[in-house]
Parts: sequence; C-alpha cells; structure tokens
Amino acid sequence: MGAILLISQTALDLGFQYALVAMALFLSYRILDVADLTTDGCFVLGAAVSVTMAAAGHPILAIPAAMLAGACAGFVTAFLQTRMGVPSILAGIITNTGLYTVNFLAMGRSSSASLLRVDTVFTMLRDVVDTDIIGDWYKLILSGGITILAGVLLYLFLGTRLGLSIRATGDNRDMVRASSVNPAYTVTVGLCVSNALTALSGAVVGQYQKTVDINSGTGIVVIGLACLIIGETVLGRRSIGRGILAVMAGSIIYRFIYAWVFYTKIVPIECLRLFIAIVVALAIAAPTIKEGVGLEKRRLTALRKGGR
Amino acid sequence: MLNIVDISKTFNPGTINEKTALSHVSLHLRPGDFASIIGSNGAGKSTLLNAIAGSFYVDNGSIALDGKDITFTPDHRRSRVIGRLFQDPLRGTAPSMTIEENLALAYLRSAEGKAPFSRITKKDKEFFAEKLKLLGMGLEDRMRQPVGLLSGGQRQALTLLMATLVTPKLLLLDEHTAALDPGTAEKVLELTRAIVAENQITCLMVTHNMRQALELGNRTLMMADGNIVLDVSGQERAGMTVDDLLRRFKAGTGKDLDNDRILLSD
Repeated sequence: MGAILLISQTALDLGFQYALVAMALFLSYRILDVADLTTDGCFVLGAAVSVTMAAAGHPILAIPAAMLAGACAGFVTAFLQTRMGVPSILAGIITNTGLYTVNFLAMGRSSSASLLRVDTVFTMLRDVVDTDIIGDWYKLILSGGITILAGVLLYLFLGTRLGLSIRATGDNRDMVRASSVNPAYTVTVGLCVSNALTALSGAVVGQYQKTVDINSGTGIVVIGLACLIIGETVLGRRSIGRGILAVMAGSIIYRFIYAWVFYTKIVPIECLRLFIAIVVALAIAAPTIKEGVGLEKRRLTALRKGGR
Repeated sequence: MLNIVDISKTFNPGTINEKTALSHVSLHLRPGDFASIIGSNGAGKSTLLNAIAGSFYVDNGSIALDGKDITFTPDHRRSRVIGRLFQDPLRGTAPSMTIEENLALAYLRSAEGKAPFSRITKKDKEFFAEKLKLLGMGLEDRMRQPVGLLSGGQRQALTLLMATLVTPKLLLLDEHTAALDPGTAEKVLELTRAIVAENQITCLMVTHNMRQALELGNRTLMMADGNIVLDVSGQERAGMTVDDLLRRFKAGTGKDLDNDRILLSD
C-alpha cells in the first residue's frame, strides 16, 4: 500500500512537471501549427540554468532565468524560420544542435550538474510547511501549483488580442496579414512563450531531481506529443481551456502508465521509448490510415459487385 | 485615392516559366470610385489586385494610396487601409475560431482595438452583434460558434464585414461571389453594394460577369496581356451593352475576349 502511494505521488509530481512540455507543444504544434524541435535541447537548457543557479544559491531566481533562456532559444528558432527562410523543422534542429554546446557551457563545461546540500524551491517549501501533516505532498503542491498557474496564465494570454492573432496564425495566415498583423511576429511570440514553458518544465524537474544530464532531454518532444494525444483522446480538444486541461491530464496519465510498466515489467523499460514512438506515430497517422482503410473497403465492395 | 504609375511584374524572370503578368500598368481611382475589371484568362486581373495589396513587390513603377507611397510597404501594413476579399470564401476567416474572435481580429486594424494584452470587451461584442445584424443572416445569435460551421456564403458575408469593419480606404474584391450559388452570390453582392455605398469606400472589383461589370459601380476596366486596354465611365458607359463592350475589346486588342468562365449574361 505504501509503495503504491509513493508511486502515485511520484507519478503525479512528474506528471505535472512534464505537463509543461506538453503545454508548450499544445501551443507550438496544435495552435501555431509549427513542429518545433527545439524542445529537447530547450528542456535541458532550462534544467541546466536552473540547477546551476540553484547551486549558486538562487533557487527561486533560477526559475524565471531558465524561462528567459528558453524564450531566447525559441526566439532563435523563430528568427531562423520567419526571417531567414529556414524550413521550420530544420530551424528547430539547428537550434537544438547549438543548444548542446550552450547547455554544456551552462553547466560549467560539464556534461552534468548536481545539487548537493543546497536549497531548491522544493526544500524551501518543505522548510516552511508542516511536514508532519502533509508529509511529502509539498512537492506535489509546488509542481501542481506551478503547472496550474502556467496553464491559467496561458489560457488568459490566448484570450488577449495578441493571443487571438497567435491562434489565427495556425488557422489562416492570410487572415492574420489581412488583420494588419505580421505572422512572423506572432510565430516569434508563440515560440518564445512555448519554449519558455519547456524550459520551465526543465527548471522544475532539475531542482526536483537535483541533477541534470546533458542527454536528459532526448525524446522529450515525442513524450510531450504522446501526453498531448493521450489528453486529447480523453478530454477532446474543442476549446482552448479544454486543450490546456487535456495536456495536464495526458501528462499525468502517461506518468501512471510509465510507473505501471516500470513496476510490473510488462514491457521491458528500455523498450518503452519504442512503444511510445509507435503509439505517437500511429495516433498522428490515424486520419490517413482511416481514409486508406475506407477506400480499400469501397474498392473491395466494388470489385465484388463487378464480379457478379 | 489610388494612384498606380507604370507598374510591371515578371514572375520567374530568366527561366523557362518567365511570365510578364503586369506590363506598365497605370491606373488612377478617385475617392469613391467603384471600378470593375474584366478580362481574358491570365490577363493580370488578380495580379493587379495582388500588387496593390502587397502580396509581392512590383519590379518597377509606384503605388500610392491617399497620397502616401506604399510601393515598398509590406502587405500586413497595407491591410490597415486596404480590405480584401478572395474568390475562395475560406481564405478570409479562421475556421477554428469563433465569429466573435474573428471579428476581434479584424478589429485589430482599428486604433482602439490594438492593445496586445487587452481582451474582447462587452462593448466590442455589442458593436460586433450590431454589425452582424446588418448581414441579415442571424449570425449575431451564433457569435460563439466556430466559423468553420458556417456555409460558404455566410463566411463570405462575414469576411466582407471583417474587411469593412474598420472602414478601409480601398476595398479589393477578387471575384468574391464566383464560388457561391446564384442566390447567395446575389445576396453577398447586395451587401457589398450597400456597405460600399454607405461608407463611400473606393473599390476595385474583378468579376467574370459582364452584366455586373457594367451595372455595378461607375467605371469598367478591361485587361489583356498585363495591360489595361479599356477604361470606360460616365456617359460613354451608361449606354453600353455587353455586345458593345466585347466589340470595344476586340477593337482594342485585335482578339476576342477569351475567358472560359465569362458570363455574357445571366
């Protein structure tokens, strides 16, 4: 019983923390309709900045600093694709490649960094709350609080006039231009915000795990997409508010599935990535597959009728 | 109002696909002018509208609107003063956003509606509802529905409203009723006429309907091979029939008007 509680607690913690990546992808992939592959490197950037600054004694300042760094990474990707004519996927990959070095430098010319006996936002909260009553749940309060706050702010932002023009950019760029707004500007703002969210996720995860490794972001973008798709399957995506709730739900469900696989060993844990990759590919391909199957059915029916 | 002097545009210069779409076109529209353009396939009608809207920059010549040179102004800046409708009713609206949100975007062109972090106010909504009522399609009761649920005609009417929500100095209509069924086309055209007249908007309309070209507005232009070959207005235009127009076209270019979609009458 105790083990299950602990597992659930960890799954909830991580679910909320990684939900920020899914939220970032909701903004870039779903709303802006841009496949932003900056995500992997940006996540590590957030974690690296956060851990390095926490090690220097500024765990709280570390969070906005990480977000700012993430926004800068997003700006570079956006600049490449909107002003320099680099195809959007390639722009993300180029930034991502460059970030490897930036992350290495941010961790003090090292491929990993850890926090030993220094304050993190989590230990600071632990020191002010009564742990006799809430035990380890303070971590969840913080992780959940940050993610829910980010979700609420994103929701409010997307209701502003700037937010509306960002949403219209993914829908109909001609119309954005016709509304006297430059789509290059809305894409840039959108990618800055989404990468700030990704870096925020890295920043929280980094301080939670008290360590960061230069490769810890590999595949984060696909996991984020998996969370997005799981959430949308469960909650639908009819409105912006529902979409934001969906990514949180999706991320938490994903972490529970992960924990379940981890403890039951139903699939070897090394194979989970392959499994997730297949699920994500199938989910995104679903409309095309459905269409192909439908056409094949009609063809077979026509064939049978013709043979009579 | 609009002053185009000697503009040219060649697409894919120096390649096998080289095409001179506009060749030394000059055109002057007075404030309140409503000119319609007809012409053969590939005569440069849409290209002329694209040049004015800023979809591309012209190779030479200049374009001025209301005394201001806009030759090198990017399209999203020009859209503050130029409204535009396309043939495809899907091009002017964002399908997954609500009617209200679409109107709010169009309202960004105004001075009041621009503050980036402001939200749609109750006053805005009332203003939008009032404008929607003028369309007579009951859209004012569906403001929170996504635009993707509307029919082509409704979307085109909404686009018209959006293009004129903040009165533009120039309205460009590129066969904006051509993709609609005849009844809806008539209705959208009627709305166009009413809105343009009420706000005294200078207007340039491409059409393939000869009768429309003669009846609507106060000027008729004909284009061929990237040039304006005929420009009639006033007395001369008042007595003109479709046949006269075709004859004048042939006299001017030495060719028959060749447009596979042209409607000589309806």
